[in-house]
Amino acid sequence: MGAIYILWLRELKRYVRSRVQIVVSLGQPCLYLLALGFGLGPVFRQAGHGSYLQFMAPGVVGMTVLFSSVFSGIAMLWDRQFGFLKETLVAPVSRMQIMVGRTLGGATVAIIQGTLILVICLIAGFRPHSWFAIPLAFLFVAMIAIVFAALGTAIGSVIKDMQGFQLVMNFLVMPIFFLSGALFPLANLPLAMSIITKLDPLAYGVDGLRGVLINTWHFNLAFDVAVLAGIAVLFLSAGAYLFTRIEA
Amino acid sequence: MISVSHLVKTFGDFTAVSDISFDVAQGEIFAFLGPNGAGKTTTIKMLTTLLRPSSGHIELDGLDPTVRQKQARQRFGIVFQDPSLDNEQTAWENMDLHGVLYHVPRKVRAQRSEELLKLFELWERKDAYVKTFSGGMKRRLEIARGFLHTPKILFLDEPTLGLDPQSRNQLWTHVKRLNETENTTVFLTTHYMDEADRVAHRIAIMDHGKIVAQGTSAELKEQTKTESLEAAFLSLTGSSLRDEGADSKDRLRQMAQMFQRR
Repeated sequence: MGAIYILWLRELKRYVRSRVQIVVSLGQPCLYLLALGFGLGPVFRQAGHGSYLQFMAPGVVGMTVLFSSVFSGIAMLWDRQFGFLKETLVAPVSRMQIMVGRTLGGATVAIIQGTLILVICLIAGFRPHSWFAIPLAFLFVAMIAIVFAALGTAIGSVIKDMQGFQLVMNFLVMPIFFLSGALFPLANLPLAMSIITKLDPLAYGVDGLRGVLINTWHFNLAFDVAVLAGIAVLFLSAGAYLFTRIEA
Repeated sequence: MISVSHLVKTFGDFTAVSDISFDVAQGEIFAFLGPNGAGKTTTIKMLTTLLRPSSGHIELDGLDPTVRQKQARQRFGIVFQDPSLDNEQTAWENMDLHGVLYHVPRKVRAQRSEELLKLFELWERKDAYVKTFSGGMKRRLEIARGFLHTPKILFLDEPTLGLDPQSRNQLWTHVKRLNETENTTVFLTTHYMDEADRVAHRIAIMDHGKIVAQGTSAELKEQTKTESLEAAFLSLTGSSLRDEGADSKDRLRQMAQMFQRR
């Protein structure tokens, strides 16, 4: 247990200490929120869908959690580069504990980031349909964080250089974000796109967030929770398997 | 403390370590010398559970590290050729994290971290981030960290590579002192003959995956009828240059690529 705790704590310390990083990583969601939220707002309203800011705020929270959690997993690349990974790999603790500590740390950081963005959304004018929805929203934030921190760990165990990192960002993380319905409704999409969005884990996270926060569902609460829990188990197992196979 | 018999490691048809046997007694400082690519690092990797031997037997403090990996890891400390510190944390935090990973109780952890940081003259900088440290300070911190969990054996893989003579000198003074006061067995590899001559109780010279000679520095000199360890080394391993570079992993990678092209 000590190993899990100390590695979790390390992730948190790194986060708190990199103030520039915090500002940078919050900058992008803010840009989406302001540029798209206010820019596309009038179009969205004219199409008869109501306020775009209300619609996309849960999506931007989901996006923040996605990026933050995947990044923390991929940060393993740096630990590999600077050698620290080796120190943990030869320690007399199981790889499983190391993987769990790192992943939980990354997920915790992502939850903090998501919370900060939610606060920014509230300041920008977003209003949940009920304040009691906030705790339930945190359930979804936490689930998204765990799913993608585990994915990040799995990816971080496999890629060895910056090229791999670019590849993952462009062909995995960005598509996961754009096809999740964070920015547009999933209803009435062309068939092919509709199928792809259903394969996107983040779609269920964003739907859950949007459902509990503004009471607009594409799927439903129980289904979203069940799918996310299933994917979390799957990704955690994959992350654990790949992490135990890393050669020091 | 360390007992190795008929140890072999092959990568495909390349034999990195070819049937070596040696014993290291408790409290001994044992140096492994050899040209680049002789198989020193591969041997250390096998001793420290990072590589599986192709055949042969290893015993560390009575344990087979290939079978009882965790128990074996608890018993040794290792300082790698390349740094393995967390640059984004302070010296103290690096020590503390190591202590937790090696199950050192909190009180002992704090007390020993203080002792070791003072001994290695890093106490004043304990709250500074490691990224602000010089190369010599980082090495000292890594070695201090290696001693934290009171290992029975400390492995040092070319610990003084790239350090100035002052740092090297000081580093060995500390290692020798801990070897004497705590009776820690030390297994080291180095390219610096003067270091091996000064520090090691016994020396093994390795070349092309084999141990070509072992004994005390005096015995090696006598055996080769030479005046210095360096001369003995050259007489045993020849004076031709070795291909720099490709370690075992690179070689594997190259082979994998060749295989794919076929």
